[in-house]
Amino acid sequence: MIRDAVGVGVAVGGYGVAFGAASISAGFSPAQTSVSSLLTFTGGTQFAIAGVIAGGGTAAAALGSGYLLGARNTLYALRLKPVLGVRGWRRAVGALVTIDESTAMALGQANPGLSRLAFWWTAGAVYFFWNLATVLGALGAQALGDPRRFGLDAAVPAAFLALLAPRLRARAVPDNARDVSRGAGAVPRQTAAVPRRVALVGAIIAVALIPVTPPGVPVLAACLSLAVVIDIRPLRRRP
Amino acid sequence: MTTATGWVVVLLSGVGCYALKFAGYAMPQRWFGHPRLRSLIELMPVALLSALIVVETLAAGRHYDWNTARLVGFGVGAIAVRRDAPFIVVVALAAATAATLRLL
Repeated sequence: MIRDAVGVGVAVGGYGVAFGAASISAGFSPAQTSVSSLLTFTGGTQFAIAGVIAGGGTAAAALGSGYLLGARNTLYALRLKPVLGVRGWRRAVGALVTIDESTAMALGQANPGLSRLAFWWTAGAVYFFWNLATVLGALGAQALGDPRRFGLDAAVPAAFLALLAPRLRARAVPDNARDVSRGAGAVPRQTAAVPRRVALVGAIIAVALIPVTPPGVPVLAACLSLAVVIDIRPLRRRP
Repeated sequence: MTTATGWVVVLLSGVGCYALKFAGYAMPQRWFGHPRLRSLIELMPVALLSALIVVETLAAGRHYDWNTARLVGFGVGAIAVRRDAPFIVVVALAAATAATLRLL
């Protein structure tokens, strides 16, 4: 299990290098890029912020997209709370490392003891490799110079697509998401049809708004439109 | 982007994302209990990534920017994704394709 945890950490390193490079090409310094990985430590959000800034978006638009993406960690924390049973400084540290990988590994175990072990080992390994890889990616990108010459402007959206694809397939990613969502009040099982529709609508909104709104807004608008697509009216009458 | 703006974004993202994680440990479960709110949060990455792909591929500021090298590079990356290539292969193929086209 510890070997699995370290394996996850090493695999995440690949994303870390890509994030480091993307962040530099967005105009952040290597120091800022590293601090982002040390403090924010949730890859999707970090990628999104770099992406919006790279596209000329404002700080507010970048942070808005980043927070929307980071909100899933709240669900992970809710689900992990009874499993980890942490208090005080352990809770403070555990919160920082409550992310996709540590949650998935913790929830994949047979008993609470193993879950705790898996959580902390995965968290430690991912934290170490993610931050190491960020530094390598940032310094590498800075040494290489103009990111376009090396095709980074094509690599970044391709990286986003690689992150999106598993969420559009029937099973893959929701493995952990589905477990997480079992916390309180079961979620109706989602087929791949819903995420696909969401992705399509998001893309159409973004394309349509590019020439109309300031940079960064198309991405935010695509996220907020989700509230309409998914119909939140029943929120008012709780079951 | 100025250096100061960069630091503001980095520090605010750090504080905000930590608060989001910590909230899950500190807040009562029922605040987040509604299934629709949960699906909303779970589907958020899908809408966000999809919009980011479009914007990163097609936009330069407020204009459409049809850059052949980038579009072809992204297309090759997309084929790699379709064929379940590892993440790092997808990224490398897209970058290498765009870089090569620009050399020609």
